[in-house]
Amino acid sequence: MKAVTGNRLGDGAVVYLGDDDRWTTDLAAAARFEGDDAKSVLAAAQARVKEITDAYLIEVDGAGAPAGREALRETIRKSGPTVRLDLGYQAGA
Amino acid sequence: MYRYDEFDATLVAERVSQFRGQVERRLAGDLTEDQFKPLRLMNGLYLQLHAYMLRVAVPYGAMSSKQMRRLGEVARKYDRGYGHFTTRQNIQYNWPALVDVPDLLDDLADVEMHAIQTSGNCIRNVTSDQYAGATAEEVEDPRPYCEMIRQWSTFHPEFSFLPRKFKIAITAAEHDRAAVKVHDIGLRLYKNDEGEIGFEVIVGGGLGRTPYVGHTIRKFLPKKYLLSYLEAILRVYNLEGRRDNMYKARIKILVNAEGIEKFAEMVEAEWAQIKDSGIDLPREEMERINAYFAPPAFEKLPDQSEALEEKRASDKDFARWLRLNTVGHKTPGYAIVNISLKPIGGVPGDISDVQMEAVADIAQAYSLDEVRATHEQNLVLPHVKKDDLYAVYSDLEKADLATANIGLVSDIIACPGLDYCSLANARSIPIAQRISERFADIDAQEELGELKIKISGCINACGHHHVGHIGILGVDKKGEEFYQVTLGGSGAEDASLGEIAGRGLSSEQVVDAVEKLVGVYREHRQDKERFLDTYRRLGAEPFKEALYEAA
Ligand code: HEM
Ligand code: SF4
Repeated sequence: MKAVTGNRLGDGAVVYLGDDDRWTTDLAAAARFEGDDAKSVLAAAQARVKEITDAYLIEVDGAGAPAGREALRETIRKSGPTVRLDLGYQAGA
Repeated sequence: MYRYDEFDATLVAERVSQFRGQVERRLAGDLTEDQFKPLRLMNGLYLQLHAYMLRVAVPYGAMSSKQMRRLGEVARKYDRGYGHFTTRQNIQYNWPALVDVPDLLDDLADVEMHAIQTSGNCIRNVTSDQYAGATAEEVEDPRPYCEMIRQWSTFHPEFSFLPRKFKIAITAAEHDRAAVKVHDIGLRLYKNDEGEIGFEVIVGGGLGRTPYVGHTIRKFLPKKYLLSYLEAILRVYNLEGRRDNMYKARIKILVNAEGIEKFAEMVEAEWAQIKDSGIDLPREEMERINAYFAPPAFEKLPDQSEALEEKRASDKDFARWLRLNTVGHKTPGYAIVNISLKPIGGVPGDISDVQMEAVADIAQAYSLDEVRATHEQNLVLPHVKKDDLYAVYSDLEKADLATANIGLVSDIIACPGLDYCSLANARSIPIAQRISERFADIDAQEELGELKIKISGCINACGHHHVGHIGILGVDKKGEEFYQVTLGGSGAEDASLGEIAGRGLSSEQVVDAVEKLVGVYREHRQDKERFLDTYRRLGAEPFKEALYEAA
């Protein structure tokens, strides 16, 4: 399954496209898509140029955790640097 | 120290206000990301995994205490309370918000700092010896030449759209601390047999995907011809360098495709045409720039300091720090102090806002107001009185900056890697942390002597792994982090590229691997031989054997 991610334009923060079509900082709350759906949702997201930069699709599992080849990269993006647990979203949890 | 002239100040101010307008238009949706990206990159602003990243130039690594203090303030005000010093003597902030960057740049411009020439296909920030103007080893201070190149190249219309980025480094000492042989152009200032001072011109070095040690195309270039000769090289490159393929666009590819003799001939032919056409600076202009780098007001002091010797005898840790982190100064009674940004288990090159301010205070009180950044991701206080060394040490200790390990196994270069960098295959920093923890015992480290470990998270080689005595490169193996070890590299005057030791290792194996390599060295070293010397004497075999025997 796929989710749409990008960096928020104003501050660069990592965000995901939620079910309500708004951007969320919580990957678990991101909308999940399959196949061609994902592509069209991504295209629509990429068009929201005033909100987002560098939007792309990532692979997630059924529970909404990063999966596939880029799982480690996306886990680090989702949580923060593994060498600074006081920074990134992991710090707020 | 060099101060901006009015021209620079206006230019930088204009650049910031221009960028402010561009950011506003981007936020309003009037610029697309495709239009905006080259503009932000020209101002040192990248997008990384978690946020934007701003790279601030520290020309030839030299800062005043005021500038250092401002870097600390900026880290607190606009970032998350720290910065990261890089192998190009710059500093990077990892979390600035786009909306804040124009204000941030204004704050930097107040202290004559900026992010120009930190990215894009231009002549990048020129790097140099961090001991410039302080070491007795140098024939002359290299910084005025760095500055001449900076002025000549900043916004040079002919050279703002080069085929690829272009990096120049200058040293004026026998011992090369600026890695001149792995730059697009490396310049070594020396005195020839006739007693004249000039440059050895080395071209076509570089790391990254296709690493090369540079070649000398001119043994001796009289100083006054520096700019016209550089211009000749750049013209040949601009004309002949490939633009069709980003990976083949660096000058090193051209030099090696043409062959070094042919390339040198092309440069000489071009130079013959432009040599006396007014590109080189007139004498008065050279003198004007030189004057900015006039030595600071050193006191006349005896070379021995009794206060120092007393402390050295009574405080073992201080004595060790003196041994490892300080070196001789050209002026009697002074020393050069290295500040390690490599605490055991720490992040190489990272420094907190408070620490930056502490360094600024110490530099102001004890180092004639000067601080330097090194390409090994450390800092230097270039002009400290021997009488003051204990006070400096004590203040550094209070700021957690008195780690004594310069040049040792825990003084590791590491790029940001997958913890921050969007191009990374694997993490670099945790490997550096675990190696430094494994070798934490300082007596053992000192006994091992010089050993340079350099780690990059991908083939771009920002961590200089090719020139590490032990190099570690992060590779991606089906989504898992793997590390390739290279052996026998050096970025110094005895430059060489490391050889791949064998198949990649997992992140669990790689720290053990380093320990095994060190074990082979311990067993075979003769006298005061460094790891690198033992490796060169014995060749790769015993090291490879140890690595892969039962792994
Ligand atoms: C985190 C953001 C960074 C990005 C996106 C980045 C990107 C790159 C890329 C793409 C190259 C290869 C260019 C080429 O071969 O033409 C490169 C080279 C280099 N980078 Fe970085 N880099 C980053 C951070 C750093 C840091 C933190 C350092 C210092 C520790 C650094 C130092 C260097 C050096 C010295 C080279 C030159 C290698 C050569 O000689 O070709 N970079 N960088
Ligand atoms: S070497 Fe690769 S991973 Fe490391 S900073 Fe450079 S681009 Fe990023």
